[in-house]
Amino acid sequence: MSAGRLLRLVAVSWYLHLKMLHRSMFDSVMQVVWPLFFATTALLVYRATGDRDALSYAATGAAVVTVWSAVSSNASGILQRERAFGTLELLVAAPAPFSLSIMSIVLAVTTTGGYAVAATLLWSRFVFGVHLAPAWPLPFALALVATVFSFGVLGFLLAVAAVRYRAVFALGGALELPLWLACGFLVPVALLPSWLRPLSWLLPPTWGMQAVRAAAAGQSLWADLGLWAGSTAAYAAAAVWVAATVLRSARRHATLSLT
Amino acid sequence: MNSLRILVIGGLTTYRALFNWVSPWILVPSLLVMPLAQILLFSYIGRSAGIESDTFFVVGNAVQYSALPCLLGTASTVVGERLQRTLGIVLASPAPRLALVIGRTLPVMLNGLAVSVFGLVAGSVLLGLPVRPATLGLATLAIAVSVFGCTGLGLVSAAVGLRLRDIAVLSTILFGILLLCSGADIPRPALPGWLAAAGDWLPLAHGIAAARSVAAGGGIGGVGGDLAAEALLGLGYGMAGVLMLRLLERRSRSAGALDLT
Repeated sequence: MSAGRLLRLVAVSWYLHLKMLHRSMFDSVMQVVWPLFFATTALLVYRATGDRDALSYAATGAAVVTVWSAVSSNASGILQRERAFGTLELLVAAPAPFSLSIMSIVLAVTTTGGYAVAATLLWSRFVFGVHLAPAWPLPFALALVATVFSFGVLGFLLAVAAVRYRAVFALGGALELPLWLACGFLVPVALLPSWLRPLSWLLPPTWGMQAVRAAAAGQSLWADLGLWAGSTAAYAAAAVWVAATVLRSARRHATLSLT
Repeated sequence: MNSLRILVIGGLTTYRALFNWVSPWILVPSLLVMPLAQILLFSYIGRSAGIESDTFFVVGNAVQYSALPCLLGTASTVVGERLQRTLGIVLASPAPRLALVIGRTLPVMLNGLAVSVFGLVAGSVLLGLPVRPATLGLATLAIAVSVFGCTGLGLVSAAVGLRLRDIAVLSTILFGILLLCSGADIPRPALPGWLAAAGDWLPLAHGIAAARSVAAGGGIGGVGGDLAAEALLGLGYGMAGVLMLRLLERRSRSAGALDLT
């Protein structure tokens, strides 16, 4: 397939799945409301300290991490949903690369997470009076998009890795808050126990968030972005490999439909 | 005797059939990993903000998380009949309604209690806090009363579920409201007045206060007021739930809306 056709595949699939997600109360409205409860609780804790810098720190992290809530709960169940619709076999049989088909669905899910970012930023601004004024707005936006993209890649890996797990929504839910903690969105990574820090460094959103904070403070973010790019590429490659391996196994053992 | 059989055996059977979170593939991530993650997240947020102790967050979140199995479990065992298209059969049977309803809530309460106690013990161990059996016993009593309160609210949401299609959304929103209002993570003086006032009239706030008090070494005598308030709230919500179930059942029968079609 030519690059143009691949791009068209991603765009059309993204648009169609975005439309479908909007039809579900759980997949659209809840993706905004659910993380907002946790973000508000965290912001109220930080507000109790009276430290405006700490509140801004938490507001920035809370806004970005809400995307992960949407991705972890929704992306993990992508293959189950296709299975329930009876379209998983069609996706596998189609000449389009399977990984690309799934990635475009993950991108649609990630887009719904974008609403939560906007909602949390507005919430922080009007309820908590947090004015986010990044020193370097453009690099800040770039780092923000990079972090959100890394959530999409993690969601992609989760979606394909859990193809044989019937109750995958539970796994996605269980991974939601650990990432809030491990990637330094609400708590500096330096405060985490020493055994947890190496795990944080292995997760691309950690570097994305560090780049976001660096751009907000007017410091150089390129080293963090470099580490983000490397780790994200590694996860993407792993996801493509897992997708191909798991798919081959499911086709060989006739377990694609799990019935 | 028949009512007792319906209450115990019927309740347990319904719970196992309709609350699919009992499967270990869902139970472990949702009811063991998630509460621990919530406890650790807010304990570290507390450390980072420099307010309150680890015990404050461990007790608050361990008790608060019981809301999820209680709200969702109660709603599932009632609304699940609708999804399975068996609600009409159950309602057509001569079984006493009260035994049917209360029987479904007993396993839910036991589950909520187990989840909370697990969170309390595992969270304490992970954060290096001491676990004293005497304190744990008193805290378990406070958790049991909180679980009773949450299950009462769960009955109200189950009744509403007779008219809604997606009960998971309602249970999730209620869980979030309890997270905010109960003071599980936010010290009461730091809660906006209206949120604290709402928390006083919802389950958990009094139960969490009682559990924190006994965790700090206080005796049962000092938390009698909070436990009584929590139990009264549970009773009130439970009675409201049973009445709403009766009312909405009658309306669903007259509107022909018992099953989801």
